[in-house]
Amino acid sequence: MEKQNALYEYNLRIGDSALVLAQRLSEWSGHGPILEEDIAMSNMALDLIGHARGFLTYAGQVEGKGRSEDDLAYFRDVRAYKNRMLVEMPNGDFAVTMMRSLLFSAFAYLHFRGLIKSNDETISGLAEKSLKEITYHLRHTSQWVIRLGDGTDESHQRVQNAANDLWSYTDELFEMNEVDEYLIQEGIAFDLKNLRAEWDQLIEEVFSKATLAVPVVGYKSKGGMNGFHTEYLGFLLAEMQSLPRSMPDAKW
Amino acid sequence: MSDSTNDWPIWEVFTQKKDGAPHEHAGSVHAPDSEMALLNARDVYGRRMEAINMWVVLSSAIIASTPEDMGPFFDPANDKLYRWPNSFKTPEGIKQV
Repeated sequence: MEKQNALYEYNLRIGDSALVLAQRLSEWSGHGPILEEDIAMSNMALDLIGHARGFLTYAGQVEGKGRSEDDLAYFRDVRAYKNRMLVEMPNGDFAVTMMRSLLFSAFAYLHFRGLIKSNDETISGLAEKSLKEITYHLRHTSQWVIRLGDGTDESHQRVQNAANDLWSYTDELFEMNEVDEYLIQEGIAFDLKNLRAEWDQLIEEVFSKATLAVPVVGYKSKGGMNGFHTEYLGFLLAEMQSLPRSMPDAKW
Repeated sequence: MSDSTNDWPIWEVFTQKKDGAPHEHAGSVHAPDSEMALLNARDVYGRRMEAINMWVVLSSAIIASTPEDMGPFFDPANDKLYRWPNSFKTPEGIKQV
């Protein structure tokens, strides 16, 4: 494992996860349940696009083949995407969207907080900048999950179903491989095992206030970092990439 | 957009632009409770560095003067110049009064 390749992969994982979730959230633009929430989801999408730009630009620099953030976002196919699978799950109803962002934001919040101490100044800087925004995402989605869970019978059932459906993708957030091992030794990456207990606690606190049961799921999906994805990601990328691919180098 | 927002109260949003400056009315949002009102206010009125602090207050808690009050409330000030601070000079170096 050489450093250049490890760092490239690591940046892709973070950048791709932010980009795919941003694309999902932006699907709500103009369709939010209320005007204020429509704006909130679009704001979160824009924050995540900012995170993706930072990490993908850095990935391109590390790779050293002259690829820009746009080249990486629009001209890689599904197997080359390294995002966590949780973020590619379809929006479903509003409860699914809020639950998905809660589970991911809690992870990203802890991850960025750890990465501020990275020896790599670019990663440390990007983490510090992203942390503020993801802290807000965590607060916003926590508040919604609490209200849906502790709301009506229907909202409770919907958000509990959302948790049950998404739960088999939560372990994958913490999946690591030799890229992590190498970068942890270099003081660049952060050991995700150290986050698990705190993530569990964050989620349990919200679930407890929301009167939700933490799901118990036998099957756990893995492999986003190796380019294995659900059937949903290909469709998402097809939509996101269609314009730049049909009109390369278009400016607007 | 559904009609569900009709069930939610309206909150007035006040933003403070810098330390010491007064909170100024920015607009209003719908929200089911105070915490969500603050979050919505942040998303609608506070995301582009417009504010360092925010207040939200239930619109229904605001008592407003009526158009009929206009004369008795505000007119008397117009013809009594001695009530105005115009003859005072602003001290040098004061940016805000």
